[in-house]
Formats: sequence, C-alpha cells, structure tokens
Amino acid sequence: MKLPIVDHPTAARPFVTNPKRSQWHDKALWFVRSKRDKQAGGVSEWEHLRELASKIKTHTVANLADYLVQFEQAATRLGATVHWAADAAEHNEIVLKILKRHETLRIVKSKSMLTEECHLNHFLENNGIEVVDTDLGERIVQLRDETPSHIVLPAIHIKKEEVGETFHQHLGTDEGASDPKYLTEAARQHLRNKFLMGEVGITGVNFGIAETGGLVVCTNEGNADLGVSLPKVHIACMGIEKLIPRFQDLSVFTRLLARSATGQPITTYTSHFHGPRDPDSELHIILVDNGRTRLRGNAEFRDSLNCIRCGACMNTCPVYRRSGGHSYHATVPGPIGSVLSPTRDAKSYKSLPYACSLCGSCTDVCPVKIPLHHQLLAWRKELVGRGLLPVSKRVSMRLASMLFQRPRLFAIAGKCGRTALRVLPHWMTHNRLNTWTIARELPNPPRESFREWYGRNRNED
Amino acid sequence: MPVALFVPCYIDQFYPDVAVATLELLERLGLDVVFPEAQTCCGQPMANTGCVSETAPVARRMVEIFADYDAVICPSGSCTAMIRHHYAEYFTEDSAQYQKVASRTFELCEYLHDVLQLTRLNVTFPHRVSLHQSCHGLRELRLGGSSESMTPRVDKVREILKLVEGIEWCIPQRSDECCGFGGTFAVNEPDVSAAMGRDRITDHLATGSHVMASADMSCLMHLQGLIRREDHPITVMHVAQILVGRPVVRPASHANPPAPHSNPSETIR
Ligand code: SF4
Repeated sequence: MKLPIVDHPTAARPFVTNPKRSQWHDKALWFVRSKRDKQAGGVSEWEHLRELASKIKTHTVANLADYLVQFEQAATRLGATVHWAADAAEHNEIVLKILKRHETLRIVKSKSMLTEECHLNHFLENNGIEVVDTDLGERIVQLRDETPSHIVLPAIHIKKEEVGETFHQHLGTDEGASDPKYLTEAARQHLRNKFLMGEVGITGVNFGIAETGGLVVCTNEGNADLGVSLPKVHIACMGIEKLIPRFQDLSVFTRLLARSATGQPITTYTSHFHGPRDPDSELHIILVDNGRTRLRGNAEFRDSLNCIRCGACMNTCPVYRRSGGHSYHATVPGPIGSVLSPTRDAKSYKSLPYACSLCGSCTDVCPVKIPLHHQLLAWRKELVGRGLLPVSKRVSMRLASMLFQRPRLFAIAGKCGRTALRVLPHWMTHNRLNTWTIARELPNPPRESFREWYGRNRNED
Repeated sequence: MPVALFVPCYIDQFYPDVAVATLELLERLGLDVVFPEAQTCCGQPMANTGCVSETAPVARRMVEIFADYDAVICPSGSCTAMIRHHYAEYFTEDSAQYQKVASRTFELCEYLHDVLQLTRLNVTFPHRVSLHQSCHGLRELRLGGSSESMTPRVDKVREILKLVEGIEWCIPQRSDECCGFGGTFAVNEPDVSAAMGRDRITDHLATGSHVMASADMSCLMHLQGLIRREDHPITVMHVAQILVGRPVVRPASHANPPAPHSNPSETIR
C-alpha cells in the first residue's frame, strides 16, 4: 500500500493555531507528566531501574529467536495455541479464521496498539463482525470513527463536551451532558451489555514471559479481564518484541510502566494469563512480526524495539503536546512514533524526524532509555543520505557550509545582511516569505560584529 | 598558554555584546584570552538537518583552528554540545586533535564552575531574574539536573549567577521546558515553534520577572523575537552580560521601532 506523504507542519497547523485547544491539550498532558515526575521521584532507585530495564530489553532483543522458541514451547505446554504472523495481513487472517471456526459475529477487544497497527477493526467489520473496543477512550474514538491520538490515552484530544455529544448520539445520553461521572456510568452500562454478548475476547499484551509462557496485560479499567472472562475464547495479539526472559524480570517493568505512563504506582489491574482458564476454553496467542525483524537488523534504530509503549515520551514532548497526536498520521505518534514510522516508509514519514526541536526530554523520560532524540537526528542523516531532503533545503545547507569554510566571505556576507536589515523597510524583511518573521521579529542588527569589534579593540598589530 | 574564545556565528553577527561580555569577564578573571579569527560556526545547522557531508569540512576546520589551545570557552551550551558530543563521526577515533578539542571545549558557566571554581564575583544586578534553561546545556552537557531525570545534579548556571549580588530570583512553573527554537526547527515548524515560545514567555511573565536570562543566546533570539513582536514587559539577557553587570536594556518593540542610527536604551527601573 502506498501511503500519502505526511507533512507534519501542515498537519499540525489546525491544532496548534487553535490556541484554546492546543493549550488545553498541552496542560492535560503536562499534568500527566508532572504526576509521572512525582511517582518517579518517589522511587529512589528509579534511574537504576531504567538502566536495568534497558539492559533486559536489549538482551532480549539480541536473543529474540531463542526466547520466542522458549516462549512458544512454554505457552503450548500450558495449553495455549501459538500462531505466527509475518505481517498485519497474516495476523488479521489468523484472527478471522479463529472467529469463523467459532462462528462468531461479535467480539470485545481491550486496548491493543498492535491491532490498531494491523487495522484489525476495519478488516473484521468488512467481514461482517462487530468489534467493540472496551477501553473507554478507545470506545469513544471508535464511536466517532476516529483513530487514537495517543497510545495510552486514546481520546486525550477530545473534550468532555464532545464526548457528551458522541454519547448522546450513540448511547442516548442527555443532550448537552458533559459530567464525566454521568458519561462514564453511561459507557459502563453500554459496555456491560456488550461484554455479555461478546463471543470472543481479544486483548493486547504488555509482557510475554519466555520462561513461563505466560502473558501479562495491564489496564486501569479491568476491561481485559472482563472481556476474556465471559467468552470461551481469548485471542492475545502480541508483537514479538513484547517478550521478557524471566518471571522475575516482570517487576522491573511493572514498576516503571504505570509510573511512566500515567503517574500511578501501578495499573489498577495487572492480569496474568497462563494458558486457557479451563479445559473448555481456548487461548490463542498470535506472535506478530510486521517489520520488527527488519528493524532488529538495523543497528542504528534497533533500540526502538525496547519500547514498552508507556506513552511518556508523548506526554513530555513539547511538539506533540501542542500539535496533537493525529498530526503524525501514524498508529504510534510522538517521539517514538517519529522513529518507528519512517522505518516502515521513509518517504511518507520523512517530515516526522524534523518535527522535533531536539530538546531531549523524551530521552530522559523514557523508562527503557531509548535515545529517542539521537535516533531522530540519526533519521535525518539517513533521510539526507537517501536523497529525501527537499532540494531547497539541501542547497541552503550547501551554501551555509561553503560560507562557514570561508571566514572572510562569512564576515562580508554577515555585514551585508546586517546592513540590509538595518536600511530596508520593516515590511521587506518581515513578511510571509521569511518564515522566521511570521510570528517573530528579527534581531536588531548591530553595526559591528564581534569580530569587527575585536579587530578594533584587541588586535594590536 | 592562552585560552581560546569560541563565539557562535549568530552571536558574532547579531549579539556581539554577549561575546564582548564573555571576553571581558574572562579577562577580569585574569585569563589570557584569544579569539582565533578564522572561526565561523560549529556546523550545527547542517548537522541538525542531517547534512553530514556539509558538516564534515566545517567540523574539521573548527578542530584545526582550536587544536593548539589549552581550553576553548564558548558562551553557548548548544554549540559546546555540538563539539563535545556530535563531532566524533567526522574524525578517526585516534585523532589526537579531535580528542583534545572535544575534551577541552567548555560552556562558559561550566568553565567558571568546574575549572576556575569561581567563588566570588564583584558584581551587582538588582533585578528580578528568571532563568531559561537551554535543553542542550541541560540534557546534552548536563549543566544541571533535568526535571525528567532523578539523578541529582548541580545547577552550574544558577550557581554561577548566585555569585552576583542583588538578583531577585523568579521561578517559572515549568523549570526546563523547551522554548521551541531548535535551530532550523524554528523555520521548519514555525507554528509549533512560536506556540512553544509563547508558552515559555507566559510562564516567565507570570513570575513577575523582568529579565529572562539564559546561557544560550539562540533560545533568547527566538524568544526576544516573540517578545518584541508582542511587546511583552520582559527583557532577555545572556548570563555573561549579567556576570559583568551590564545594565538592563529593553530593545524597542516592533510597534515602536528604534529611531534610525540610535541605540535603543530604555532602561527598566
Ligand atoms: S519510547 Fe520510551 S517513553 Fe516512549 S512510549 Fe516507548 S517506552 Fe515509553
């Protein structure tokens, strides 16, 4: 499938130039980030935990094949059926086949970024199956026929008044109601019915434990448990990078995950699934590659496989907070998304590595220490190397480089530029052709550069 | 043996007083300071765009120019970080010149704090000041603790500024959020960049600060551009200017452009 080219500045414009919305969005996420700081600060070994988590993940990815085999064997021993999917299409087919075998028309699904990545919902709906997202945020997004704008807080871009409208339309709540308590209760009743009618439960996976063959799913709403407790069939969709080697490694991650994600000490529910729950039930685990092996083979960007999808890099990213998740046009937005998306299609996503001021906040916040801003910088080099930088930018960089290699010319050009700035009327230097001056003034140009001053004042000869 | 002064290109051309202040400060402290005139730019604009082959010759000549000095001092955290952390790919690992320059280039406050271990400064600056922490100073050079990181670190820029008498500190709510300059980011993403800058200014204004200080003039160039356009009652100053006790000068806003050929000099208080 050929993707359209995403131009982040253009895609972000409607959101960021709506100060009310973008400031509200910024504040909501900054609040989450502040909660995270408080929680992280309460764990004296925080930085040690991050280091440990990074090492465990790096080790796992380095030995991925072995751990996958170990996981498959252990999970099979527990009675689960393990499927392997090379890509999204294969994953979706496997799900459909299981559903068909059980003659299922309705499924309930808890939050899973992997199924978003595979566009499972649309695929199943096109095959006549009703899919109900049971995570509240995802359900809101689903009812509005949108995609999540954040990997942990899928509906963070939607105001409560808008949720009220959506619920009024779809669930029959009172018109104009926007009280979160009332709306949540309505959603709860609505979902309860769906849970009862669901014939198969689908969940994502936060951690797969190679040693035991068990799965761990973390939610705040308990919807994963509920979704797979009623039906007889549980399908767990899992990217192959979700593995950790041993059961004892789990606590390192559970301590980091919720604190980083939402500033909670731990998610309300941390559900463990070790095999099907009884002899009459089925547990299917689908291990999905979908580009991960290729990414693993790339030494520059391999670390991005360590991501545990906590969303902290989004909450902290000053660009994300002000431009909204949809401006990235990708399943995973924000810093990690801007690293991952170009690995899928460099040309389509070439603007994303530049949607970053290189402030480095994401790198410092990431619980598994992915050097995110350095990876974004590495992507820029990669894009230039592949000839994907617009010619105009390449030419201006060539000119700058030439100038910086010739100090005399640099001094003359600087003087000319400053003089021009001083003598030309304001409108000629400050107009829409000069991107700098759309919102800002240029510096008042001094008559004398430092080097000129130095020549007059310090050079005796 | 003299130390070398590295003046970032935009400071040379647009903010010469920041370089003069840096020079005066170092000379007052008894250092023999030289400004090697062949220097231009560290290459960051090209490097941050990803243009490796355009950066390489610029990086190489920088190292050659500064190779003979005991120390290179730069009034910018960002340009110092470029030399210290991002030059490796343009040199062979055993390049003695590169090793020397990368390990002997210091950001100004870092040099004052770590090398000179300055404990006294005879300067007064009786103003309300808020500090804008530059991202590269903080998260690349680790000149202080970043709010994300739980590793305690000494805030070197603030420690040095604390030697100045009379400063009334104003503390913004978000201690170290990016101002949105980001080099070419400011023109690649003009809307997001301006939104980020405005939020920083609002935060600093809310503290009642009159002077927004930073060890990186590039952030301040961007913020000043917004402040003048929107005519906010706050002035930007480089830390070096405060350390030599320069008066607070409020540049004219866009609404009241300076009379031609006169120096803007409306002093606060
Ligand atoms: S890159 Fe790091 S901070 Fe971002 S979602 Fe992944 S684990 Fe969390």
